[in-house]
Amino acid sequence: MNRKKSEELYAYATISPALIIVLFVVLVPIVVTMVYSFINIDAVSSHYGKFMGLHYYISILLSGTFWHDLGRTLYYTLLSTAIETISGILVALLLNQKFRGVKFLRAVVLIPWAIPTVVNGSLWKLIFNGQYGVLNAVLLRMHLIPAYYSWLGNPVSAMNALVIADSWKMMPMSVIFFLAALQGVNTATYEAAMVDGAGAVKRFFVLTLPYLKPSILVVIVMRTVEKFKAFDIFYIMTRGGPADGTKTLMYDAYLKAFDELNYSQAATYAYLITIIVMLLTVMYGKILRRNNDEAE
Amino acid sequence: MKLSSNKIRIQTVQYFFSVLVIIEIFIPVIWMIMTSIMYPKDLIALPLRLIPERFTFSRYIEIFTDTKIDDAAYIFRIALFNSLIVAVVVTAGSLTIGSLAAYGFARLKFRMKKTLMMLTLFTYMLPCVALVLPMYFIFSRLNLLDKKGTLIIIYLSFIIPFIIWVMQSFFGSISKSFEEAASIDGASRFQTLLYIFVPIARPGAIATGILAFLMSWDEFFYSLVFTSSLNGKTVPVAISEFNGKFTIDYGMISVGGVLASLIPVLITLVFQKYIVMGMTSGGVKE
Repeated sequence: MNRKKSEELYAYATISPALIIVLFVVLVPIVVTMVYSFINIDAVSSHYGKFMGLHYYISILLSGTFWHDLGRTLYYTLLSTAIETISGILVALLLNQKFRGVKFLRAVVLIPWAIPTVVNGSLWKLIFNGQYGVLNAVLLRMHLIPAYYSWLGNPVSAMNALVIADSWKMMPMSVIFFLAALQGVNTATYEAAMVDGAGAVKRFFVLTLPYLKPSILVVIVMRTVEKFKAFDIFYIMTRGGPADGTKTLMYDAYLKAFDELNYSQAATYAYLITIIVMLLTVMYGKILRRNNDEAE
Repeated sequence: MKLSSNKIRIQTVQYFFSVLVIIEIFIPVIWMIMTSIMYPKDLIALPLRLIPERFTFSRYIEIFTDTKIDDAAYIFRIALFNSLIVAVVVTAGSLTIGSLAAYGFARLKFRMKKTLMMLTLFTYMLPCVALVLPMYFIFSRLNLLDKKGTLIIIYLSFIIPFIIWVMQSFFGSISKSFEEAASIDGASRFQTLLYIFVPIARPGAIATGILAFLMSWDEFFYSLVFTSSLNGKTVPVAISEFNGKFTIDYGMISVGGVLASLIPVLITLVFQKYIVMGMTSGGVKE
């Protein structure tokens, strides 16, 4: 009994430094933010301090802005996750081969991932620049565009530019996951399939893809949740513009807090984002678990 | 005969795609390096010459010698210093506190273990924007804005859960018999931790430590909100300011970008094995 108690004390001693930091720096704010979403705390408002109930939630959900933001967030999230997953599989298949120089390729493939997000954003902003950008110079010289194009000056191409910039940086991560999975593949099965005359494409769809399914799910889960919360690259490259074309939920929440100073609206936005992220996480948790059960 | 021609065909395909991948990886990087050493007039030349006649390293020299307080180069140098301090302290702190907690969660029995573990992991997925307003009001009330210490505490709060998550699987994988053997030999709990668990968990600690450093080095949002002067400003914020609303200094952005990427890229190339291990055993934020 005494021994058990001392173990318990020892255990609390090991976890308490971590718990104290997480508790004060994360859990207190997340609760206070919820309070903000129910109470008017806009410094400029004459109703400061008034309990508003679900007023902010209702007015935001009834406004078109929220749904437009959500649409843009989903476009960015889904498109860049799809690009990263598909190109990640292709590059991993290449890096899983044996040929001279593959070790070098495996080493350098992580370089874009190592570049800080803000640097990545600046770098691509430079490339896409409408006046002095290298993309225009190259495309014009190759006669692929008739004149210089302002890539970040049009809502649709600006969003696609963001997708390209982020996919470039984060694709290596999915490569690493897929490569790790591929290295566990049983080569005997492949040789048997080859003897049976299965072509490369058929082998990929019948053998490789089902084998990769768990890691594909993991990558999709991780990336969608992270991308849904993306902020840095939007701030650096477009600041939500042009014409709100790249304004996502996260960026709008930031604007409401630090630009418009509508704190309560910002808190409500933040909570709606949190709820969506939580739903995604729970949903994915279920999918992953079912997937694991199937695998066993 | 047929086999060898097949082999050549496969090799051609492999090298063709390898070249594509190399172009895809290196062209943007090379362009950033080129921009950092191009003369201003070449940067805004129309049409743009892809390979100018002359290059200059004056911006790099400026970064390390400029003493005028308002200059971009000076600001960047101080920010580099700030980033380094914050990242080193956060790495050491989160590794110590996080591994200790991971050990507790993985090896010891106590009440509410599962709830506390879930709670810690739950904080990891919260979007920063849902935490930032109360933090901002509290820190400004306590006069703690624009301080490196504030950034360190905030970074610890999201890096520690990540370390707990990855490290507890490392601690969990260690066989119970090691522990029992040590206890039979009369080792105290603390000695067991120090002499049995720490050495075995070392690769995991290196892996998560590297990722902790990179996460701290990369962090932008909190630094943007909480720092305003050279007291606390980190590299990502300094670079974002070169992207000013009115003036954009592409040369300086690129020099800053190259220098800010140098440390993480070198770390990644040298410790690749550990990074891959840390990534795949826990999943990682950017």
